[in-house]
Amino acid sequence: MNATRRNRLLAVSFLVLGAAVTAAFVLKALNENINLFYPPDQVVDGSAPVDTRIRAGGMVETGSVLRTGGDLTVHFTLTDHAGSAFDVTYQGILPDLFREGQGILVAGKLGADGVFAADEVLAKHDENYMPPELAKLKGMPGTAPQGGMNTERSIIDPAGADAVRGNAVLEGGGR
Amino acid sequence: MNPELGQIAIALAFCLTILTAWFGLAGAAQRRARWMEAVDGLSLGVFLLTGFAFLVLVTAFLGDDFTVRYVADNSNSALPWYYKVSAVWGAHEGSFLLWVWIMAGWTLAVALRSRDLPDTFRARVLGVMGLLNTGFVAFLLFTSNPFQRLVPMTPSDGADLNPLLQDFGLIVHPPMLYMGYVGFSVSFAFALAALLSGRMDSAWARWSRPWSNVAWAFLTLGIALGSWWAYYELGWGGWWFWDPVENASFMPWLAGTALIHSLAVTEKRGTFKAWTLLLAITTFSLSLLGAFIVRSGVLTSVHAFAVDPTRGMFILAFLVVVVGGSLALYASRASIIASRVRYSLLSREAFLLVNNILFVVAMAFVLLGTLYPLAYEAVTGGDKISVGVPYFNAGFVPLMLLVALALGVVPALQWKRTPPERVWHHLRLMALASLVLGVGIPLVVFDALPWQALAGLTLAVWVLVTHVVDLVARARLGLGRVPVAYWGMWLGHIGFVVTVFGIALTAVLSVEKDLRMAPGQTESVAGLTITFDGIIGREGPNFVADRGLFVVEEQGRRYTLHPEKRRYAARDMVMTEAAIDAGFLRDVYVSLGEPVGDGAWAVRLQVKPFVRWIWFGAIFMMVGGVIAIADRRYKRLRAAAPAAVAGARA
Repeated sequence: MNATRRNRLLAVSFLVLGAAVTAAFVLKALNENINLFYPPDQVVDGSAPVDTRIRAGGMVETGSVLRTGGDLTVHFTLTDHAGSAFDVTYQGILPDLFREGQGILVAGKLGADGVFAADEVLAKHDENYMPPELAKLKGMPGTAPQGGMNTERSIIDPAGADAVRGNAVLEGGGR
Repeated sequence: MNPELGQIAIALAFCLTILTAWFGLAGAAQRRARWMEAVDGLSLGVFLLTGFAFLVLVTAFLGDDFTVRYVADNSNSALPWYYKVSAVWGAHEGSFLLWVWIMAGWTLAVALRSRDLPDTFRARVLGVMGLLNTGFVAFLLFTSNPFQRLVPMTPSDGADLNPLLQDFGLIVHPPMLYMGYVGFSVSFAFALAALLSGRMDSAWARWSRPWSNVAWAFLTLGIALGSWWAYYELGWGGWWFWDPVENASFMPWLAGTALIHSLAVTEKRGTFKAWTLLLAITTFSLSLLGAFIVRSGVLTSVHAFAVDPTRGMFILAFLVVVVGGSLALYASRASIIASRVRYSLLSREAFLLVNNILFVVAMAFVLLGTLYPLAYEAVTGGDKISVGVPYFNAGFVPLMLLVALALGVVPALQWKRTPPERVWHHLRLMALASLVLGVGIPLVVFDALPWQALAGLTLAVWVLVTHVVDLVARARLGLGRVPVAYWGMWLGHIGFVVTVFGIALTAVLSVEKDLRMAPGQTESVAGLTITFDGIIGREGPNFVADRGLFVVEEQGRRYTLHPEKRRYAARDMVMTEAAIDAGFLRDVYVSLGEPVGDGAWAVRLQVKPFVRWIWFGAIFMMVGGVIAIADRRYKRLRAAAPAAVAGARA
């Protein structure tokens, strides 16, 4: 085998090996880091896995937000306004647009006791924006698509809460 | 000015872009000189018309013309004038008008600066750019008209610009980013013109290189500005989130980085020709993919625009046409490219190939993570997932470490082949020094660092040392004889390691505390003491704020930071305005959470060492990219260029 061929063979085997290792590594990393989303009814009926990192979402139930003790622990309840609700605990700073009655996303682990321990709370940064994950839930205000009467109403009354508008921003309160 | 004038200008511009494409491409195919000459005037016309439309929209914003729906949605009479101007590109329609104008600007720039290229090649480049702009202007005209009126239901005041966007960042970040995104259309057009004319020698690479470098420099700056903006404006001190929209701008950057290196090889050595063409197509396609991700709302993201299915479908269709068409052309032509140049594993060519492979793999890795949720949802019939940050870090960090490892070897290499003994002799001392400095010192100074940080520091030192030694060696032969292009490369590489250095140190040395603080309470963070002295009220032009008083004592220095919690009246939106004491070696970062009773507040205190180096490095890279093409040889791009290239190849 002459030098050129040997080099070429070396280069090709190196490439193939590299590609295989990379592919295996990538699939593993991807597999370990996908977080499934569950709406409240699936968290309550047990379809959501326990002690696995997942994302869940719902509306913050009015009157459920409770800060306890001297640290930043906060408890609140997420509901779909259709009979399913679950409790969330979170330690840290809540995002600016976390409000009672608003749709939010939480990421973390569901405990065996049915309480969701969140390590991340995401609220929408535009008062009219709905995270796509939540848009399909029933009973959510603000799910109307853009256009038609909704948009026009929101402009006559800027505080109107029915339009999906530009620049929607998800804001994380935690990290 | 009457907003309808703007719309008429866009409609006229649409007609002119069609003519540009036709006269450019058909004129070149049929060798009609008159047609090809017409393209210059048409490009100027498109630029003036879209510029005029842009001006009309600016005027509507400055004049608070709330009969225009886009103005009513994104402005307010209380907004300061400079935010009224930047609000023009604060949402979908106006930002796309900016995009179109910038596209017209790049086209005009090519028309003005390429007079020495062969006529047919030049006409094809401008024709392809005209064709692209036809699609963009059509998108603006048919799905995203910024001049739509709200009559008779005109509101008395506007809904206001999103408070997050009322910032210096909005003024500079999108224009720089678009300059980069759209700038790669020039590389794309040169590649297509090369394929169309069958001139796939090194000449097109030489012509395309300055444009690609400038586009890349703009994109680098745009991304860095976006990262810096997110860092101080989102209020929580993160500087990169692997958000789909960030990824959308980052993927063209990764492909573009591979492209500017590959172009260098093609120009100087006449090899990698087919690969470079493919990269030019890929880079611009990723720019379009980015536009699709941002403007279709298919992915949940920090800056997704309003969801409108027609827009998403339009861009997707456009993407398919552009990518499909250019790849088909590539497939039919690239097979006739023959490379005769040989090189060994220890050569600049081989290491530039390594650079290319690593950057393309990194791009593919980010692409997979970004689009995986879409694919998953499609396959499972609606299950929503998100791909976590650990995925991106797990792949991206090692890849960039490999880039740095290879980068340190580059100064020791020659074109074609380098004797292994020479490389080993040249580098062994420096390798040892980097290991001692990069692993030894941190291990003595700090207790335990994660391997990624140690590797990052070691490799940063490695690249720094090898590049400095090489520069000194060259400077000994006369500083004036160091080519300008070398300085460009040198600065770019140093910039890369400055960024790596900043990332590694910020990642491991940052201290972050989330606490409840009552007035009068003192906390210590990373050797600083921070005292919370309470909250006072403050009224801004269009907001009211709770303003915190935090007294920081740092090694005898004493200063006050004022983080704010602002409530913007028009949208009834609350915003965290962090207070940062920025420094070369560290940032002190204080942000206010929410009141938690008894006058106490939830507070985040952070000390972030070397965080600014991340953006300093990006500035170095940008400057390097521009300097690299300031070389004299690009100013002598006469039609004789092919001969010069043939000479260089010999």
